[in-house]
Amino acid sequence: MDHAFEFLVRQGDNVLVLGHRLSEWCGQGPVLEEDIALANIALDMIGQTQLWLSYAAEVEGANRTADDLAYLRDAWDFRNVLLVEQPNRDFAVTIMRQFLFDAYHVPYLHALESSKDQRVAEIASKCRKEAIYHLERSSSVIVALGDGTEESHKRMQAALERLWPYTGELFLSDETDDAVAESGLAPVLNDVKARWLQTVQSSLKDAYLQMPDNDFAQIGGKSGIRHSEHLGHMLSTMQVLQRSYPGAQW
Amino acid sequence: MYAQMIKSTGQGVKSDEQMTEQERAFQARIDAGEKIEPKDWMPDGYRNNLIRQIGQHAHSEIVGQLPEANWITRAPTLERKANLIAKVQDEAGHGLYLYCAAETLGISRDELVDMLHSGAMKYSSIFNYPTLTWADMGAVGWLVDGAAIMNQVPLQRTSYGPYARAMVRICKEESFHQRQGFHIMMAMCNGNQAQKRMAQDALNRFWFPALMMFGPSDKDSVHSAQSMAWKIKMNTNDELRQKFVDETVPQAHYLGLTIPDEQLVLNEDTGNHDFTEPDWSEFHSILKGDGPCNVERLEVRAKAWEEGAWVRDGMMAHAEKRASRKAAAG
Amino acid sequence: MSHRHVGSLHAPDGEMAIKNARDVYTRRNEGVSIWVVESNQVLASSPTDKGPLFEPSNSKVYRHPTFYDIPDDVGAM
Repeated sequence: MDHAFEFLVRQGDNVLVLGHRLSEWCGQGPVLEEDIALANIALDMIGQTQLWLSYAAEVEGANRTADDLAYLRDAWDFRNVLLVEQPNRDFAVTIMRQFLFDAYHVPYLHALESSKDQRVAEIASKCRKEAIYHLERSSSVIVALGDGTEESHKRMQAALERLWPYTGELFLSDETDDAVAESGLAPVLNDVKARWLQTVQSSLKDAYLQMPDNDFAQIGGKSGIRHSEHLGHMLSTMQVLQRSYPGAQW
Repeated sequence: MYAQMIKSTGQGVKSDEQMTEQERAFQARIDAGEKIEPKDWMPDGYRNNLIRQIGQHAHSEIVGQLPEANWITRAPTLERKANLIAKVQDEAGHGLYLYCAAETLGISRDELVDMLHSGAMKYSSIFNYPTLTWADMGAVGWLVDGAAIMNQVPLQRTSYGPYARAMVRICKEESFHQRQGFHIMMAMCNGNQAQKRMAQDALNRFWFPALMMFGPSDKDSVHSAQSMAWKIKMNTNDELRQKFVDETVPQAHYLGLTIPDEQLVLNEDTGNHDFTEPDWSEFHSILKGDGPCNVERLEVRAKAWEEGAWVRDGMMAHAEKRASRKAAAG
Repeated sequence: MSHRHVGSLHAPDGEMAIKNARDVYTRRNEGVSIWVVESNQVLASSPTDKGPLFEPSNSKVYRHPTFYDIPDDVGAM
């Protein structure tokens, strides 16, 4: 297995899948200002996808493009964590999923800026500027809604509990994680976890939300071994034109 | 996006003698090209017409997100996906600018939204047509945004300051929308047989609806005359429709597409194209609520609004709690 | 730094207003810093926020019409 390729595809797939999920909100946000904000994050993430997957395709050297990787792989070849493929459900789940991911994304990208691979460091640096803003926004929204009304509090707590089992996968190292940490391409996940936990604890406290004390983790996304049922449906929508009209230029 | 079929509340243009002194002074300011600002005195008819027009315009932007959002999750490349999200997002932004402009006339966004959901206020009929293939993203950008831009550019000079300023911003931002659509059409027309078929089919379905966007012929309309005197409306519907046809025909030729109108011909005497009027009975039936997507569009908007209520309430409650905590601590 | 009024929006409080203004009014990288005003209260973003607040939209070139290459013979668009 080419660990560098695997690592790059993981980065690209996380933002592709999450960006796609956010784009499902377009035109249906709870308030116009929030509709626009979600679209901004989606746009940033699609842009980040292009950077990661283009580099992945280059590293692979098999004449594929970022679009080929996005549109012509099946679910078992996707390498995103399970967290980002979870459906939007209500706004509480959407924004909580965003917060839990952003809180990981910022310190992870920060660490990637010291990657021994110059290109990875450059991409990470560009992405982190965007991610900092995403985190700023998602954390202030969960704080507001966790505090807000009885209903908003209840929904946010329920969203947190529902998504919590999907956070563990972000930090459980597997062979690829170990290999890229070893080679200096990417950080040791445990180091990132400490910073993630700090952010999560402090925001949840401000939001009057109770952090679940359960560390059970659902896994299988970043290895591709067992995605949720949701990913297949997302891809069947996302890839429909590329699959129906092979080789067409759009 | 533009709102057509504005029903004015006025009784036609008042002559000089019929106007009060205040109304005469107001009209003189408009004639001199001055902008009317929120705190200035204005006739009730002017205010009510503007609320209706800006409100319909805002609703059109918001409902207009839906037919294009319908293809965001199926956009065929990462670049096309980003382009389309950016465009649909712009429409949300434009709706927001316009709601804010309407609010300066003394009506709240919530009131306007309620009127949309109850059917008391309309939005542009074009958004009640479905988007069935990817080529529709091209046709909507090329034709629908093309028609909208033609309507909106003159409105940058409209007499009401906040509306004019919103339009300046909107026109500047929309300049990429039509090109984005045409760019998609070019790719489709240079593509395979299926893509060419999609492109022609999209033009066939959107041509007449696009012509309807300018509204019915207004040569006999007294309402239209009053709106033009107030510089709320800058051109007649027919002028703009003609301009649109004349600009679009060569673009269709360039794409190798056939405009679905056998009567369409360049009139050597006028230099303009003669063309078939759209089916106005279809237009009126859509305005009444019988278009292919009326029910769904409103349903989606109303559902988003209702399901978002707890979010809006939660945000407000937090802001109030925080302010009172601050006050208590201070 | 000179500021110019760009528009209005809804927000529950000043801080969310700044965030909303960033999302709504700087989609094309038009901003350097934002002031929001609510009745007598003025809140301002700090110019040192320029990084995360405003750099991202630099890369969204597709928001500008020149991104779409349309041949000249199509006419003005």
